[in-house]
Amino acid sequence: MIRFDDVVKRFGDVVVLDELNFSVAPGEFVTLIGPSGSGKTTILRLLMTLEKVTSGQIFVDGECLSHMQRGSRLVPADEKYQRKVRQRIGMVFQQFNLFPNMKVLQNLTEAPIRSLGLSRAEAEERALELLELVGLTEKVNAHPSQLSGGQQQRVAIARALAMRPDMLLLDEVTSALDPELVAGVLALLKDIASSTDITFLCVTHEMNFARDVSDRVLMFDHGQIVEDAVPDKLFSEPDHERTRTFLRAVLERG
Amino acid sequence: MIWDWDYAWEVFPKIVGDGLRTAVVATVLGSLVAYTLGLVLALLRRSPIRVVSGITWAFIEFIRSTPLLVQIFFLFFVLPDIGLTLDPMTTGVIALGLHYATYTAEVYRAGIEAVPPGQWEAATALNLPRRRTWTAVILPQAVPRVLPALGNYTISMLKETPLLLMIGVLEIAGVARQVGSRAFRYVEPVTIAGVLFLVLSLAASLLVRWLERRVRYRN
Ligand SMILES: Nc1ncnc2c1ncn2[C@@H]1O[C@H](COP(=O)(O)OP(=O)(O)O)[C@@H](O)[C@H]1O
Ligand SMILES: [Mg+2]
Repeated sequence: MIRFDDVVKRFGDVVVLDELNFSVAPGEFVTLIGPSGSGKTTILRLLMTLEKVTSGQIFVDGECLSHMQRGSRLVPADEKYQRKVRQRIGMVFQQFNLFPNMKVLQNLTEAPIRSLGLSRAEAEERALELLELVGLTEKVNAHPSQLSGGQQQRVAIARALAMRPDMLLLDEVTSALDPELVAGVLALLKDIASSTDITFLCVTHEMNFARDVSDRVLMFDHGQIVEDAVPDKLFSEPDHERTRTFLRAVLERG
Repeated sequence: MIWDWDYAWEVFPKIVGDGLRTAVVATVLGSLVAYTLGLVLALLRRSPIRVVSGITWAFIEFIRSTPLLVQIFFLFFVLPDIGLTLDPMTTGVIALGLHYATYTAEVYRAGIEAVPPGQWEAATALNLPRRRTWTAVILPQAVPRVLPALGNYTISMLKETPLLLMIGVLEIAGVARQVGSRAFRYVEPVTIAGVLFLVLSLAASLLVRWLERRVRYRN
């Protein structure tokens, strides 16, 4: 369960999110679409605590990200509290961000051991299962630099799943990939979405994928939700002119 | 003034034996101090606690703005007044290490800042503890690529070891002067000292070049 309550995010004078309200139900797959610069990445980064809200509040399973209860007062969240809330959320980045100094196996076991407290044996067992899921069992001892972009992104997905998150944030995870590698990664994500009860918040320009897997699609522009609908409605007969022009522009591009 | 080979051969073993060993030991130990203390300073400089980063900044600026020789004298002559007496070699190593730590701190800082922000973000997204992020993610990426720069400071340090003469630690130049003063003949010992420094520096430079190539290859 994710909820944004009147969330405002400013960078200096630039208002990126303007009193944004929306929520995502447990197990739901929600896709964010919208033009570049409309604030989609910022939403994911706020949830991942990589940025702080300017005002308003974000709730994850009813717990506020930025503040915590101390006695009867609300005080700014400390590191320990944030770590607890963050535990439930995983993120996959456009640029993969694998740890280049670690082999694939250690990329997958590092956080489960150091953050969840798993034993090495447990973590490695989990890592091997996930490598099988993403089809990279034979790369267990490779370094990230020896992998193609598509393979790196699969490892990054496995790495996020190794933390057993309740929610997974996907930020244009196929945008940095060569065209022929995109389909494989999207198929993998669809597979994961249908076989787990993870809540997904996904930013993508892959409209066919969005239509295929999403429960709901949010169309963004200038930090506000223009339209919020089920995919068939949003892609076939959107209510708003802004959505129509955006979709037309995306389709023309490819 | 002509070159006397017999005399040169006579003083050569002494300059190499005592002098070279002292210079190498002081440089190696001094570098170890500079490498570790520099890293500590670089990390303290980044401390979110303003007082800590502020004091570190002031310390670095202070050390950099005063001559190494003054620092050597300070450690050697002033510390005993507050009850801390160190032998000359230890004093020299500490002074060299302390002085160069303020430069290696800058090297580490640049290396740390060159690690892409995405690495920090991935570590946060994986909820990796802060300390572990440093030791397993950031430093293993930052340190290898600054090794050549650290090596260059070791070469500089080697060339500053003659300053230790002032507190009675005789390395290559010091021994050369001592030997020369005995025979009232300086050309040969001082030339030998110069050549020794040249050979050492060149060898060390080659090592650093080699490191540079390795580092570039790794990236
Ligand atoms: N760290 C930052 N500092 C200043 N401006 C930023 C920063 N991050 C994002 N922005 C600005 O916020 C706006 C929204 O960015 P972003 O959320 O990345 O959009 P999107 O992902 O939809 O393309 C852009 O105008 C961008 O320039
Ligand atoms: Mg973006």
